[in-house]
Amino acid sequence: MLRRVLGAIAILIIAWLVLPTLVIIPMSFNSASSFNFPPKGFSLRWYENFFTDASWLRALGASLQVAIVTMIVATTVGVMASIGLSKVRFRGKALLENFFLTPLIVPGIVIAVGLYSLFLRFNLLGTLPGFVLAHTVVALPLVIINVMASLQGVDPRLEEASASLGAGRLQTFFSITLPLIMPGVTAGALFAFVTSFDEIILSLFIQSPQLQTLPVKIYYSVTQTNDPTVAAVAVIAMFTSVIIMLSAQFASRKRKSVSA
Amino acid sequence: MSQISAPSRPRVTSAGKVGSEANQRAPRNWKPFLLLVPAFLIVSLFFLAPLVDVFIRSITDPRLGLQNYVWLFTTETNITVTVRTFGTALLVTVVCVLLAYPYAYLMTIVGDRTRNLLQLFVMLPLWTSILVRTLAWMVLLQDTGPINGFLETAFGIGPLPLIRSTFGVALAMSQVLLPFMVLPLYSAMSKIDKRLLPAASNLGARPITAFFTVYLPLSRPGIFAGSITVFILGLGFYIIPSLLGSSKEIMISALMYQQISVFLMWGQGTALGIFLLAATVLILVVVGRLSKGASMFPGVEK
Repeated sequence: MLRRVLGAIAILIIAWLVLPTLVIIPMSFNSASSFNFPPKGFSLRWYENFFTDASWLRALGASLQVAIVTMIVATTVGVMASIGLSKVRFRGKALLENFFLTPLIVPGIVIAVGLYSLFLRFNLLGTLPGFVLAHTVVALPLVIINVMASLQGVDPRLEEASASLGAGRLQTFFSITLPLIMPGVTAGALFAFVTSFDEIILSLFIQSPQLQTLPVKIYYSVTQTNDPTVAAVAVIAMFTSVIIMLSAQFASRKRKSVSA
Repeated sequence: MSQISAPSRPRVTSAGKVGSEANQRAPRNWKPFLLLVPAFLIVSLFFLAPLVDVFIRSITDPRLGLQNYVWLFTTETNITVTVRTFGTALLVTVVCVLLAYPYAYLMTIVGDRTRNLLQLFVMLPLWTSILVRTLAWMVLLQDTGPINGFLETAFGIGPLPLIRSTFGVALAMSQVLLPFMVLPLYSAMSKIDKRLLPAASNLGARPITAFFTVYLPLSRPGIFAGSITVFILGLGFYIIPSLLGSSKEIMISALMYQQISVFLMWGQGTALGIFLLAATVLILVVVGRLSKGASMFPGVEK
């Protein structure tokens, strides 16, 4: 009895979590030029608009570029930091680990204003390095969480064995440690990509007309114009992040079965 | 190579000095510290430095002094906005606890497959950006949207203020923040011994009494952990209130944006930011003390 009631509640909650977002899909095939639901007719005109409009395509290109570079930087730096944290022991270690994770809980708008103020002075507004470094700050914690979780399953004796057989530190890392923690690294990298690809608050503050990522352009389009093209763009952005997160889920599944 | 024989406690005098002392006293173990340098530099320069800069601006702009904080605490609008922000975050937290509690409990009594499925469904929404999800709510909640359309044809009530109201903001915020409540709740509940409830009823407690005197207190760490995360994240939300909220009923984040981008009042905007930051830290410290052992970072278990 209780189980049935709870099951019904759970189904309602799942519906409330998942269904509202899907409304954007029929909207993107609307043939009328409005946001009214239900849409009238079927057309691909908003997708056509997106793929023929240079400013939308530029925003997509900028987003992909920023997300890929952020993924590379955050993953490299995050893997190094995780391995460093797993090897060193000193009194402030927990503090340092928390320091790396803090960007997850500090209100984004406060970091955004600080970065805006700083970037204004150092001419980093609307630049690729500016975007990448800002996004790395919020992507790094996710890489560290995933890689640290993978590292916990690695037997330290394997590295010692490798070292005793004459392998250097780098060789041990690339031939022993990295393959073992690869699922965590992959998941972390994909999380980093999606974090950057979807990031909006920091991006709103550090953008300039020279470099606008897709979420920034979507936000301005929604608040300033009333162009239904955003529905198509939102669907494209949604599928991009869902596909990548599915891969991340798959990667971390592998991690669980490896460590089990 | 010689990690086993090396003195295993590199002595570091203060928490801040990561490298220098350790270098001299434990020469064999300093290399791993180098691995921490890039992350330390990036987080220091692009996270800590901006926050310090916000603080400095709040006490120096336009001139040195606490005038921005005096403005912050004496202007009536600010007090209204602060009360509204905290009220909305609290409302969202309560809604999330009420919805997440039965959901998380169900996760503890079903089989592995169903549990994985329930977990997947609660994580699924995190895979889509807040912006896209807010956009979808705009379509649904607008005055000419399907919900208002249905209300009008079915009950003949005119368009309700679903959008540009606290209702719309709280609805969308709860939807986005629910996963951050379900996961810590489930993690706390899964540690509760399942034999305790039957034991309580054997001793004569009615189910409701058993729940309130045995189960609820034991699940408190999860409630605390989830509530802190949801409340803190809720305080800083910007996108949802700005797209679904009323421009007359703004929250702290929007007021900050307004002060800086519209009025160019950097001092006042940054003072608001420091206030938000201080509130966040204070809640973490105070509630963190009450709920020992729970991790404050969503998705990280200790």
